This record gives sequence, C-alpha cells and structure tokens, in this order.
Amino acid sequence: MKKLMKGNEAIAEAAVRGGCRAFFGYPITPQNEIPEYLSRRMPEVGGVFIQAESEVSAINMVYGAAGAGARAMTSSSSPGISLKQEGISYISGAELPCVIVNIVRAGPGLGGILPAQSDYFQSVKGGGHGDYHMLVFAPESVQEAVDLIYNAFDKADQYRSPVMILGDGMLGQIMEAVEIPPMKDPTTFPKKEWATDGTGVGEGRRIVNSLYIEPDVLEKVNQKLAATYAEMAANETAYEAYKTDDAEVVLTAYGTVARICKSAVNMLRAKGVKAGLLRPITLYPFPSDAIAKVAAEPQVKRFLTVELSMGQMVEDVRLAVNGAKPVDFYGRTGGCVMSPEDVMNVILEKEGK
Amino acid sequence: MATVFKKSKMLTDTKFHYCPGCTHGIAHRLVAEALEELGCEGKTIGIAPVGCSVFAYNYFNCDMQQVAHGRAPAAATGAKRVHPDKVVFAYQGDGDLASIGTAEIVHAAARGENITVIFINNAIYGMTGGQMAPTTLLGQKTTTSQYGRTVPLNGNPIKVCEMLSTLDGPSYIARCSLADPASVLKAKKAIIKGFKNQLEGKGFTLIELLSTCPTNMGLTPLAALDYVKNDMSKIFPLGVFKDIDAIK
Amino acid sequence: MEEKIIIAGFGGQGVLSLGQFIAYAAIADGKEVTWLPSYGPEMRGGTSNCSVVVSDEKVASPIIANPDYLIAMNKPSLYKFQNKVKTGGTIIVNSSLIADKVERDDIKVVYLDAGALALQAGNPKTANIVVLGAYIKLSGLFTQELVAKMIQEKFAAKPKVIPANLKALELGTHAV
Repeated sequence: MKKLMKGNEAIAEAAVRGGCRAFFGYPITPQNEIPEYLSRRMPEVGGVFIQAESEVSAINMVYGAAGAGARAMTSSSSPGISLKQEGISYISGAELPCVIVNIVRAGPGLGGILPAQSDYFQSVKGGGHGDYHMLVFAPESVQEAVDLIYNAFDKADQYRSPVMILGDGMLGQIMEAVEIPPMKDPTTFPKKEWATDGTGVGEGRRIVNSLYIEPDVLEKVNQKLAATYAEMAANETAYEAYKTDDAEVVLTAYGTVARICKSAVNMLRAKGVKAGLLRPITLYPFPSDAIAKVAAEPQVKRFLTVELSMGQMVEDVRLAVNGAKPVDFYGRTGGCVMSPEDVMNVILEKEGK
Repeated sequence: MATVFKKSKMLTDTKFHYCPGCTHGIAHRLVAEALEELGCEGKTIGIAPVGCSVFAYNYFNCDMQQVAHGRAPAAATGAKRVHPDKVVFAYQGDGDLASIGTAEIVHAAARGENITVIFINNAIYGMTGGQMAPTTLLGQKTTTSQYGRTVPLNGNPIKVCEMLSTLDGPSYIARCSLADPASVLKAKKAIIKGFKNQLEGKGFTLIELLSTCPTNMGLTPLAALDYVKNDMSKIFPLGVFKDIDAIK
Repeated sequence: MEEKIIIAGFGGQGVLSLGQFIAYAAIADGKEVTWLPSYGPEMRGGTSNCSVVVSDEKVASPIIANPDYLIAMNKPSLYKFQNKVKTGGTIIVNSSLIADKVERDDIKVVYLDAGALALQAGNPKTANIVVLGAYIKLSGLFTQELVAKMIQEKFAAKPKVIPANLKALELGTHAV
C-alpha cells in the first residue's frame, strides 16, 4: 500500500526497516525531519538515538557504534558533512560499515538552505584526507531513496565501507507516494567477527584501527581498499538510460535534477529534437563505461551535463566521454533550481533552433 | 614459592613503547588490574586516543578501538550505547581530552554517559614533541611556549576535574597522582571506584592521573616525579571532586 | 493528464496543507503526485508556497515553471506567480485579501471571498478548504465525496473541526 511521505521521513523509516539500530546526528536544515523522526522511532525498535553535541561527535559516535558491530548511521547537510569528513576518513581507514545521508544545501560557507548539488566532489572524491572512496547513491525520487537506503546497510556490511545517500533539499522536503518495504530481520544479518563487542580476549581480541605506522603495511591497506573499490565498480555501478537509444543530444544529470531533465527530454522530443538522458544512480562508482558507450554512438552529437552546481560531475562525464563528443554544462547554484523549460532552451540554443 | 607480583591478565604480552620513566606504564597496569579485579575480562571495550597512548590498543587485553584525536568520549558513547552491558573506557591525554576534545568530554559527562575515562595529565604534548598543552603550567617552557606559558598569551591551565564536577551527569570524578607508591595505590582505588560505578550503572566517571613526561619535560625520571609532586599538584590539587555516593 | 498547481500565500493560511489535501486525494484516486514545499526563510511569517503535480503517469519534474492552476491566497503571491500561469490556465484569487484584478485575458480568473465563506462555515481557519472546494470543482479532478473523506481521515484526531471543514468544502464547491 502506497503512502504519501516526505522524503526525509521516508528515508528514516526505510533505514530502520533496513536494519539501522543506531543513529547519531546534529540538527541542520534541510534534513531535520530525519533525526526528528528517528528520535521517536528508534526507541520503538530498541535502537539508539542520540543528538550529539556536534557533527564531529556524531560521526565519531557512528565510528564507535559501527566498530562495536551495530548498523549505525548519521545524516546531515553540506556544512555538517564537511565537519564529518575527518570521521569518514577514519571510518574508511578502519573499514567500518555505516550509512551517511547528505541532504545537500547550497554553499560554500554557511551558504543557504535551499537545494544544491555542490557536494559532488566531497562525496565521490573522498572528501577527507587519504585515499578512500565510498559507495555514493543519488536517488531521484523518494521511492528510489527508500529502496537504496533499505539495502545500503547490507552493502556497507558487504564491503566494510561507508555508504552515502546523496540527496538534496528537494528530495528531503518533497512528498510522494512510496511503498515502504518490510522490516528486515536483524537475526539474518551476517555476523561481524571483527567487531569490538567486548567479548574479545587474547588471540580473539578485536582491534578497530586506522593507524599503520609502517609504510609498507599502510600501502597494503590502501591496496586492499582499492581492491574493494574495484569490486564495487564491478558489482554496484548503476545508472538509468532514458530514451538514449536514438538520442542525438544526451543529457547527464543525477538526483532530482535528472527528473527535471526527463521533462526537458520529453519537451524537446515534442519539438523534434531527439534528446535522451543518462542518469548515474551511483556517483561512485561512476558509470563511465555506459557514458563512453553512448558517446561512441554515431548519431550522438553532443552531451549536456546539468547540475545544481558550477560544474562538478561534468568533470567525470568529460573523463568518460574522453573527447569523443563535446560536453557542455548548464548549472544553477545558490538554491536556484532550473525548470525543464530552462534546460530545453539551453539545448534549443545549442541546436540553433 | 609464593607469587607476590605478576602482570595483570588484562594486559597483553606486547612490550610498552613508552619512554623510560614515563608513567603511562603504571597507568596501564592500574587500569588492567582494576578491570581484572572487577571481573571484566571478556566484557570490556577500550578506546585509545591520539597521542603517546595511541598504541594502547596493543596493550590492553580486550577489544579495542583507536579513534580520532579528541573523539574518544564520542566513540565510547557509540560503543556503550550499543553494548550497555559491557564495560567501556576511554584513555586520553591532556591534549586529546582538554584541548581538541573539550566538546566531546563535556557532553559525554553532561549526558552522564555510563563510561569511565582515564585522563592522563602530564602538562605537555608527548607524541608530537613537547608542545604546550592546555594543562601546561604558567611559566612552564615547552617547544611552543619557549619563554614559558603566560596568561596574556596563553591563558591559564584548564582544570578538568573542577570544570566537569560542576555538571550533574558525572557520578565520580577524582584527581590522583602517579608520583609515588602511596599515590599510585590511591589512584588504583579511584580507578576501581570508577569502573565499579559503571558496572552499577551510576553514570560517567573520570579519573585524572597526574603523570610525567621526562623526555619532553627535560628532566630525569626522578626529577619529573618531583615536578609532579611539587609543582603540578599545586595547580592541580588531588582529591575527589564529585562522588554521588558521598553526597547521600 | 498532468496538472500543475502552485498554491501560495502567507505562512499560517494553510497553503501547504491545501496542497497536501490535493496530494492525498490524488493518491486515493490512484494518481501519481508530487508535493514540493518552499522551505526557505519565507516559511517564518512571510510568503509560503507549494508546487503540486498530479499525473496519470510517474511525475518527472516536480519543479513547475508554468502552472495550470495558481491559487493565490494573498497579494504578494498573486504578483509573484500570475504571469507564470500558462495560457488557458486558471487563477483562483482569494478576494478576501486581494482587491486587485488580474489583467490577463488569456486565462480564467475566479475571485473567491474565501474568508467570508469560511466564517459562514463556522471557522475562519477553513478558508483554505473553501478554496480547495473551488479548485476541485473547477479542475474536475476529484469528487467532493472523495475530498470530504480525506478531510475526515486527516482530521480524525480533531473530530471537532470536521463539520466546519466539510461545510467549507461544500461552500467552496458551490461558489464557483
């Protein structure tokens, strides 16, 4: 039975259904409905909810809880994620599974509270120090956000890596009809032999750590992480090709902006312009092969990357297209959101129509 | 022949990396003995800081987490909340706890987080090479207070026990010294009290241990102990600053 | 079909809940819908608005450049959005608070004294439901019965306010 739910609340409920039993957060707009919802919901399922004294503390509480074996998560918005980056680096270094939700707002600095996609770099490039990445999912709708976070804890456990759900203020605030999946049974989750649950002694004791003072040991750790990322790329890369089969103009966009672009594709097609959209669902790993394949199609004339930023994902699109076709960029920032008409007009101008 | 002394089974066989004369070794032993005596083997999670005791995870014979600088109380909170039946302790130095980690320690204490914090105060940064700590004494020369700490430039040393004991959350806060055998015995009693309170669910406990850093103080081990006894304990008086059982 | 509606007014006039009633009705009617609120600083005391897209198919863009319907509950909202309404579209003007007339002849404009009708319904806070009644009659998307059922469900915790809201819905429906 479908239910009308706000994005943030649906994300929170789906996290619980996906097995999350520990949440640590700090208030920041526009994600507040997530901690608010979980402060009520966690006690109902015997889970932990703590409003931390800062984002820095929140992510380190996640470190402690995840290190002790819990399915833990935090949520925040851009400035808060910047503060969490140190902790995310430690979590990656210690190979701890957790889920991080970023409901992006406009920056830099305190910026504004309206939707933006200007956190692409700090999400997919390893926003803190060191050579790390994480799975980054960019849902376009409340339903997709629900489906992705529902399984995000399994993915985090599988790869022993943080997983990020990258939304924006629009996704957090929008209400849509969603189907919330059933509660997962925590007894079916894989046992975490590595977790510091307090029972370890002697040979059996567990250490959660990201300090490797010997260079050759640390290099091996980095190589191991890289192998994990390669495995993610092989198994998890996801995208949606929307009317790209005969497309001459290919839009690339993610998240809510991709929906705006879908409307633009349909408006362009009504005007006789064969447009399509390639929408990355995972921003890391990035669907470079899929984009390269589309770029190699002879009928494809050009790409247009559309973002709520000054141009971040466009760099990865250009790397994937690798000069085969021109890649143009159209972006709005500061919380301004383009309409489908705006996107259409950019294409019509490029097409000389 | 009767055994009069042996290493606690809550310590591993790994050799300490600490400098000669450093009191971290004593502090580790006291924590391990307290845990052993209270029957905490197989039910303890320790949190190691950043600083000289960063490698504490190699020494305590229990599950250990090494965490980011200053964030041990936050990580301990996370671990304790998901394993409330286990004993969780954080082991932190003065830079970790009283400088970069002030927010975490204050709020863990304010929440009455049911954890035990062992706070090593030696008035200096050891690991990074003798820089000024938040607890460095006025006039004390360090590599970043080359003319001695002054109030106009650096402010006064932070008194952690006094500050945290103003909060309602803590159940027990005490400052002890590791400068002589009698003090060490007292410190052990305080540490046992801290863990006992945790086992009884009474809430946050912190035991500050005035310690030495002969290497960075530029003193012999004995002179460093004298410095703790004669200089540090004047600014950081020993005693129990909060004990909810005593109030009753 | 796809219908795009912008509802705008002061914070406290119930513009967000008006939009939510349309969204709930759409779901009950088996349609797809998105409800997107403005959540900027204007939430606190200034103007507030929401965009609702009702469709037979999955909604692509929740962002509306040119609405089919504009519901303007106060003057600033009318001036902010009136020129964006698409040709052939409709503006419902809350004439209790807006004395001005819309100077466009390519759209339909309905002036509704929602405040007076709400008082007549027995509760001045029901002006948004009066407008909801007018909207469903004009758009023909949902029946009065369906929306009346939504109102009863959503106010189930506050049964005292249900009669006035149902009356407001009816008065709004009959006013256009």
